[in-house]
Amino acid sequence: MTEYKLMKGNEAMAEAALIAGCRYYYAYPITPQNEVVAYMAKNMPRVNGTFIQAESELAAASMVMGSAASGGRAMTSSSSPGITLKQESISYMAGAELPCVIANIMRGGPGLGGIAGAQGDYFQATRGGGHGDYRTIVLAPDNAQELADFTVEAFDLADEYRTPVIILADGYLGQMSEPVVLPKPTGKTFEKPWAVTGAKDRKQNIIVSLLLHPENVLELHNLHLQEKYERITQKIRRYETYKTEDADWLLAAYGTSARIAQKAVDKLREDGIKAGLFRPTCLWPFPDRELAECASHCTRLLTVEMSHGQMVEDVKLAVNGAIEVDFYGRAGGALPTVKDIIARIKNYEHSEFTHVQAS
Amino acid sequence: MKQGIPEIDKERCKGCGLCIANCPKNILEMANDINSFGAYYTICSDESQCIACGACSLMCPDAAIEIILKREVG
Amino acid sequence: MSTQNLHMYRRPEALLNVRTHYCAGCGHGIIHKLFAEALGELNIREETIVVAPVGCSVLLYNYINVDGLEAAHGRTPAVATGVKRAQPNRIVVSYQGDGDLLAIGTGETLHAANRGENITVIFVNNANYGMTGGQMAPTTLVDQRTLTSPKGRNPQETGYPIRACELLSTLEAPAYIERVSLHNPGAVKKTKKAIVKALQYQKEGRGYSFVEILSMCPTNWGIEPAAGADWIKTSMVPWFPHKVFRDRPAEAAAAGGKAS
Repeated sequence: MTEYKLMKGNEAMAEAALIAGCRYYYAYPITPQNEVVAYMAKNMPRVNGTFIQAESELAAASMVMGSAASGGRAMTSSSSPGITLKQESISYMAGAELPCVIANIMRGGPGLGGIAGAQGDYFQATRGGGHGDYRTIVLAPDNAQELADFTVEAFDLADEYRTPVIILADGYLGQMSEPVVLPKPTGKTFEKPWAVTGAKDRKQNIIVSLLLHPENVLELHNLHLQEKYERITQKIRRYETYKTEDADWLLAAYGTSARIAQKAVDKLREDGIKAGLFRPTCLWPFPDRELAECASHCTRLLTVEMSHGQMVEDVKLAVNGAIEVDFYGRAGGALPTVKDIIARIKNYEHSEFTHVQAS
Repeated sequence: MKQGIPEIDKERCKGCGLCIANCPKNILEMANDINSFGAYYTICSDESQCIACGACSLMCPDAAIEIILKREVG
Repeated sequence: MSTQNLHMYRRPEALLNVRTHYCAGCGHGIIHKLFAEALGELNIREETIVVAPVGCSVLLYNYINVDGLEAAHGRTPAVATGVKRAQPNRIVVSYQGDGDLLAIGTGETLHAANRGENITVIFVNNANYGMTGGQMAPTTLVDQRTLTSPKGRNPQETGYPIRACELLSTLEAPAYIERVSLHNPGAVKKTKKAIVKALQYQKEGRGYSFVEILSMCPTNWGIEPAAGADWIKTSMVPWFPHKVFRDRPAEAAAAGGKAS
């Protein structure tokens, strides 16, 4: 019998991290992800793991770096302003190719912003975020179950590609309680001969991000990273579609926005309007070919976000001018509404109809 | 009195002179020559005066000086 | 009668046989050498992991044959914490300069010490930022001229040099805190002893150990190396006195001795 547990998204993610074998968790409290910190403080001892409430976000991310360099499965989590501070170590870990998982339970910005959920960190997450030429894998769940499932996958992806993996969810997902079936460990194991464990019976292992020789070392390292990112881009194509087969109007959204958009699709269909939803579950690499394919038979595309337009840029790049891309978003913790989405799509139907009449 | 020989690896030496300044017997001096890195290096002008105190090797930032202790046996 | 020669001092094995990038007369070279000697004496080279800071000593692992990693600037004790927590049976050393330890990483320094992390921090205090060309450090002395205090450090504007050992001594957790220096052979010997003791304590699981070493940066001080050594003694030591600020294991041993 499947056992459901009622859990907050944040707690589901924390428990999933433990299931995935995360034994080192370092963080600094910030709303709306505090449940992760408290859960880890309470439950890490159960698995003989390490929890430290760090002195700062920067220190927390650096502790992750230390444990990741030691070969352990390490994680930190925060919310938007805290993630900005963590960018320092994320860049270092991307450069030094250290696997780790970082969860951003986004809140409204810019600056201190607010504590309600938002999606204003899309650019930061998908473009690298810190300094230098790098990307991180960005997983985008839209419910507590996916927060748990994606977390388990995130640790494997991090180890497989030796890269930081970001779980990008918003405060609503983190705070909402939903029934969750806790995932099973994947059982995958990864050799880490590069870890710094003491140079016994082998040469030194050195984990660096300083490479001073521009042409023969640092450029080569960057090329190596780019090759890896290309491999990741070829391999990781994650998305879900909802009623897109015969859709005239395509919605694109992730996270909480996608849940709202899906509801709008159902309502529109009740009114005989053929709408569908494309939901990327990984934001970098972005499922661009798949979105273009999905959009190829649609008349127009509406991107819905809890921001003033970030993912919409990737959507436009994906369809590359093939169809018109419109945007609807609300930010600062406000949510897009089903009503507004329906009004937009109905307006398209109307203008399309008048356009046909005129020609 | 202990007797020693300072063995100076001239290729490691950067010619900083800390050894010269700290030698109690004043038997170290800068060579009038450079090593393959272009640095002047220390030489010992009179090994017979060396008391194997280790001051030069302690102060050397480049671990360029090893000290050999002369022991009379028999 | 014949003579038999033997090495009284040999270059330590843990020191890799390469030329360092340090300037002539730089204290880092001496400290690397002492550290490498300590690794050999305690037979811990194979179990030691060094966290290098941002600063001149960032390439430390190129000179000492141990596993190493680089921290972001100032995060060295936090990275060391992450390493030590993942590998409590390894010797973890955080090697830091004055900018890393007392400016950009003051928070990490204080909190790693306050948690009593069982790590060793080697703090190289040369009263300026060497790698970037000689700017003012938190430890730059009053009236000392640097690139960013061209008329000399004015305490009315930039405060006074921070004393790391004294600051950390206000915390309860640290096990061992000592300030030593490199100004002459005797001082170098004491520095070696302090490094060995700190590593020994870590090996025994005694907790946080901190060794501050007053070191010369003749290039950026604009003086001859030998004059640099003298300057440590005449200018730095009066503000940064040599002292064992904390030695809990020794205090406990002494108390135990009295009791028995």
